[in-house]
Amino acid sequence: MKTLADLKKIREKAQEEMKLRDGKVRIKIVVGMGTSGIAMGARDVMKTFLEEISNRNLTDVLVTQTGEKGLSSMEPVVDVIEEGKPKVTYGNMTPEKARRVVVEHIVNGRVVSDYVVATGD
Amino acid sequence: MSLKRIDLLICCGSGCISAGSLKVKERFLELLTEKGITSEVNIIETGCMGPCDYGPVIVVYPEGIFYKSVKPEDVEEIVTEHFLKGRPVKRLMLKEEEKLVASQKEIPFYQKQVKVALANCGFINPESMEEYIATGGYEALGTVLTTMNPQQVIDVIKASGLRGRGGGGFPTHIKWQLVHDLESEEKYIICNGDEGDPGAFMDRSVLEGDPHRIIEGMMIGAYAIGATKGFFYIRAEYPLAIKRIRNALKQAKEAGLMGDNIFGSNFSFDAEVRTGAGAFVCGEETALIQSIQGERGNPTPKPPYPAVKGLWDKPTVVNNVETFANVPTILMKGADWFASMGTETSKGTKVFALTGDVNNTGLVEVPMGITLRELIFDVGGGMANGHEFKAVQLGGPSGGCLTREHLDVPVDYETLKERGAMMGSGGVIVMNDQKCMVNVAKFFIGFCMDESCGKCSPCRLGLKHMYNILDRITKGEGKEGDLEELQNLGETISKISLCGLGQTAPNPVLSTIRYFREEYESHIRDHSCQTKVCTDLFHFMIDKDRCIGCSLCARKCPVSCISGSREDKYTISQTECIKCGNCQDVCPVKAIDRIPGMHPDVQKQLLEKQNTITEEE
Repeated sequence: MKTLADLKKIREKAQEEMKLRDGKVRIKIVVGMGTSGIAMGARDVMKTFLEEISNRNLTDVLVTQTGEKGLSSMEPVVDVIEEGKPKVTYGNMTPEKARRVVVEHIVNGRVVSDYVVATGD
Repeated sequence: MSLKRIDLLICCGSGCISAGSLKVKERFLELLTEKGITSEVNIIETGCMGPCDYGPVIVVYPEGIFYKSVKPEDVEEIVTEHFLKGRPVKRLMLKEEEKLVASQKEIPFYQKQVKVALANCGFINPESMEEYIATGGYEALGTVLTTMNPQQVIDVIKASGLRGRGGGGFPTHIKWQLVHDLESEEKYIICNGDEGDPGAFMDRSVLEGDPHRIIEGMMIGAYAIGATKGFFYIRAEYPLAIKRIRNALKQAKEAGLMGDNIFGSNFSFDAEVRTGAGAFVCGEETALIQSIQGERGNPTPKPPYPAVKGLWDKPTVVNNVETFANVPTILMKGADWFASMGTETSKGTKVFALTGDVNNTGLVEVPMGITLRELIFDVGGGMANGHEFKAVQLGGPSGGCLTREHLDVPVDYETLKERGAMMGSGGVIVMNDQKCMVNVAKFFIGFCMDESCGKCSPCRLGLKHMYNILDRITKGEGKEGDLEELQNLGETISKISLCGLGQTAPNPVLSTIRYFREEYESHIRDHSCQTKVCTDLFHFMIDKDRCIGCSLCARKCPVSCISGSREDKYTISQTECIKCGNCQDVCPVKAIDRIPGMHPDVQKQLLEKQNTITEEE
């Protein structure tokens, strides 16, 4: 390491690895992982999100989980929360649907209206 | 590498390690493997998070959920409920007035704190240089080396008002300027990590929790004064701190952050760790220098100061761990930012190790000028077990006691000194109304007496003499005039001792006499210890109205000094009693009390003994 630019490179890479801790992200994907969500396959949906986002190297997206959301008939339920925009809730998710949400919503910013079950808080 | 969704921070400061945090970590590893989610969770060992009383503590991100007193058997619940189902385990979270505290940020313990030196402690992995760099680490060093000259660095430190955090509070820039101005082929910079006050663990925690910060601070100092070689003097009792600093030095050297032509500049620097054998006096800078040179750790007269004639007679700067920890942040955020915190003469923040009878013992960092009340009752969460506040010892064995009337005094170097205490390195021992101040003073004098290096007689002989007087007083053999002699001795020792150890050692005695004189007097005149701590100055009594005559006390008494019967109830033969307290512990109806004062029988016996001695003479 010989210059400040070298240091900056290391810093940016390391910050990427620590982003869970600073909470500053563009989009948060929250997977409902209550008992019914898990029974309907929420874990696979979450895994798909994690893989897709990792493969695409999306550095400003965070995947996390929450408990029962009260929409048991539509499980697995996933919220996509974007800074300054109303929350989008997707229902009846599957790994395939999750991939489409990543491509269209997370990458291209177009809400996948086919899967939306609710918007706003 | 797949994307992680959880950062699990496990506190691995010395406090939490001894409470079992490594076992908790092992259990997490086992369970995560079992559940097949190791790829989703990042386990990070951090340095001290602060609230040591709650150890082992862990924090789960992104939510920032804070769990306290986590045992290996709790881990399964955290993994299955929180990690798999997203339901934080309420049972293990902190409750504040029946309200659940969700995230670490909401804990009252953290709210009045401002973290500068401790900014990364408990947040990053201290064994990862990358994580330190992610928080802006080594940027200050890079900027300094590429855009500033040494004098400009010293000017920034001067404008910030940074003073030594090791105890004396000497302005850092003056030391640096002195050495900077001297011409010498070789100059040295030393980090004083020989923290030895009973109840103090600030430096250890920073060394353990954020070692790269101290290395960076030292290198900036080295550049400013023109040193090319540095030493970390850390006591051998701090094995984890030594390991982490060594590891950090190795990483910095491998990355080219230490070595020749750092950041492409002309500045070259190398540093190594020297371990101390744990003598308290080696925290004194001249004794420390002797110790690094391989000699016996004895202080030398000042002047010449180390800045002029230090390590191997070369100009040397010795700074405390926490002082160095402040330096990178001052250079990144600017002197004005640092000087905006604190009081007129004491700028910035100070790390304190809060111990004793408070609820939240642990490591805290607060702005200078905070009142003792805020420090003890807001940050510290008040007195433990519902006891009353009695006194607080600031600055360890070199400091002094302050009382209830000083609670609203601002904590800064000058104010504390005026009141007979001192900032010291930052140990804060809070004492409740169950503590005997004579005993406290005896403890501290005893500590300094043991740690005296013996080089100068006021300290070697004077402290021993003070200890003997205090020992007599606690045994009920105090005389009129003892207090005056203690004060006289104390003032003389302070004036004529060679180094800081002797000069400050009488402080605890002088300050307790100043604020708790009546307690000393009741020990001397009434042979009574009101707090029932001094074993010779209280006695046990069986209350015959409450006694049920079960004989348990008599059977458990190791010296068989309790006799009686079911009808007559039981009595203690006071002259034989050794005050072990067994009888009180075993009594099923709590009929045995501690009564302050010597029992008349014992007093009579003592008088007779004294009389025979005088007759023989």
